[in-house]
Amino acid sequence: MSHGPATEWKENQALDKKKSRLGVLMFIIYTVVYAGFILINVMDNKVMRMTIGDLNVAIVYGFGLIILALVLAIIYNQICTNAEKVSEDKGNR
Amino acid sequence: MNYLASPGAIAIFICFVISVLFISFYFARKTKSATDYYAAGGSIHWSINGIAFAGDYLSAASFLGICGLIATYGFDGFLYAIGFLAGWMVALFIVAEPMKRLGKYTFTDALDSKFNSKGIKLMGAVSTLLVSMVYLIPQMVGAGTLVTPLLGLPHEAGVIMVGVIVIAIVATAGMASTTYVQFFKGALLITFSLILVFLVLSRGLSTSPERTDVAYHNLTTLKVTSISGTVVKIEDPSYKVMNLIKSKTKSYVKLSKDNIESIWTLNAPKNILEETETITQLANGFTLYNGEPKANNKFFQVGTMSELDGQKATGNTAITTGSLNPFSLVAMISNGVVTRWAHEVIKDGTNQITVYYQNPTSGKDILSPGLKYKVDPAKGATSTDRFNFVSLMLALFLGTASLPHILIRYYTVPSPSAARKSTLVAITAMAFFYILTLYMGLGAMTGGVLDLTNDNMAAPLLAKSIGIAIFAMISAIAFSTVLGTVSGLIVAASGAIAHDLMDRFFNMKLTDKKKVFAGKITAIVVGCIAMVLGILFKNMNVASLVGWAFAVAAAANFPSIIMILFWKKTTAAGVICSIVVGLISSLAIILLSQDTYTNVYNLVGVAAPIAFSNPALVGVPLSFITLIVISLFTQKSSDLKAVSGIAS
Repeated sequence: MSHGPATEWKENQALDKKKSRLGVLMFIIYTVVYAGFILINVMDNKVMRMTIGDLNVAIVYGFGLIILALVLAIIYNQICTNAEKVSEDKGNR
Repeated sequence: MNYLASPGAIAIFICFVISVLFISFYFARKTKSATDYYAAGGSIHWSINGIAFAGDYLSAASFLGICGLIATYGFDGFLYAIGFLAGWMVALFIVAEPMKRLGKYTFTDALDSKFNSKGIKLMGAVSTLLVSMVYLIPQMVGAGTLVTPLLGLPHEAGVIMVGVIVIAIVATAGMASTTYVQFFKGALLITFSLILVFLVLSRGLSTSPERTDVAYHNLTTLKVTSISGTVVKIEDPSYKVMNLIKSKTKSYVKLSKDNIESIWTLNAPKNILEETETITQLANGFTLYNGEPKANNKFFQVGTMSELDGQKATGNTAITTGSLNPFSLVAMISNGVVTRWAHEVIKDGTNQITVYYQNPTSGKDILSPGLKYKVDPAKGATSTDRFNFVSLMLALFLGTASLPHILIRYYTVPSPSAARKSTLVAITAMAFFYILTLYMGLGAMTGGVLDLTNDNMAAPLLAKSIGIAIFAMISAIAFSTVLGTVSGLIVAASGAIAHDLMDRFFNMKLTDKKKVFAGKITAIVVGCIAMVLGILFKNMNVASLVGWAFAVAAAANFPSIIMILFWKKTTAAGVICSIVVGLISSLAIILLSQDTYTNVYNLVGVAAPIAFSNPALVGVPLSFITLIVISLFTQKSSDLKAVSGIAS
């Protein structure tokens, strides 16, 4: 394994801006859902005890936050990777 | 309880240490430039970096702490898992790529990239050192706490052992060896946690859990025949009733059998006495566990289902479920009752007795928030309780992307897109791990394995109840967990001193070779300081310190990182003041909080100046406001020279 100098990457401000905007959008979506979890806990704790099938809202919401984190992360990475490929292809042409 | 060192655990741990040292010396020959030392040459593959992120982040607090909290408080422990992972959303969506684009070796590089300000270099380094030290103390204390039960050595030996191994890892090949140590630790931790959860689900639930190490202690009750004033009579003639002891909420009966005294809870409505566990401090300084010296091993492990599937456990007939799946295990607990244990300190003559009494709790309460963090006003939650809860969740959310030892990992990959991809790998691995913590915690809570004197041991003790091989592996991994995280913290601290302060702040113009040498010497010094702190803070509460580190990092670093990326009017003076205000306000709140007064200074009953204990909800907004106001006031002088002048 080489430990030579860091690989250089091509700067692409338009692409970086696009990725940054998407990142902020994803961050806002997750923050709203996370804040909802905290607010329900503090404002109306009884909601957390309501049952959904065999489970309760607390467990479903908690697991949901972990799974949502994973899903959003995968979507974000996929969109960014695709955009990088398109930009690279354009650059090569 | 008494712990015996497991030869298997020692053997596996020694193998791990030898492998780690081999890796370190292998990479030492290749570590020549500063980029090699501080950023592993920026050439680590994103997939390896992603698992190394997990190995870096999943500290003793994540593994032992969360499992212990879930085993004690149920869902409230899982809140940490949710918050710890949520923090990675900030890291991925906001911080990952810009951090890589703007910095070289340390996160101070990124903060300073637009300003070239001496003040930012200084404050970035100070913040890195303070946050890393606050984070380092619980890790070193954790090493000492673990080494006694797992390897049979005293606390100091554990601290020194971790210190020496970590110095060897960091001082040889810096970030390269640290990365591979964290990679192996992260991969092993997740793999063996999965195996442990699989075994827990296969075993299922029982009112008298099957254990492979020692038989489960079935709790007994004694029938009360009469209660009149302070005189209690019982049916069993083998016990002699000594006296009735009343606390604010409970009545206890002291019994004697074969000259051994025991304390029982009086359940007057049911006319029974219920078994308790006790630690008695005698006036002559001796300590008795369940009425006998510690060596007699009478302090038993607890925690089990007392009602399962609508049926109550009676006598020695156990109710068992057989194998369960992840959903049915949660549903079974939710519909049952778990015997949790609460404790209080009572006086009996000159003796001080800590009584652990049975506290049957419905599964619905266990799987809902509220057993640790009081948030429901109907159940007596005050506004301070609710403030603390929101503040903790905010600290966990914003703290992750502000921890210097996490941020430096973005410089070990070749490009911003690799930084992003490695964060995705880290999130995937950790999401999986944090879901497993719920099952390890619930498994320990209901598996009859809890040691009431040490809730950090829930996961290793759960493994011990299942089999000695899995126990050996989990114990060795638990100890290695500390190695991985401490290595990362020492690299971060060494970068702050050698790169940010010596090279850039004091402008010592070190050559590449000297920069590596300075880094290695700093790692040795920081490692030695960490060992001293680990011994000095021996009795500190490990979990609260980790929570503080997140809060301090969030208040000191998060506003600067965000505003530099998203607000063009940010000035160097604004960044410097924001870090200073964030650090001072959060540390002051921690040091003057009621929690610290009671648990750290041991000033029980003394009212602290600040009622709440988690500073994030005050520190973060204060730091943001400072940055905005100072930046607006220093707009005219925001050209580089002027700002550098103010800052330096």
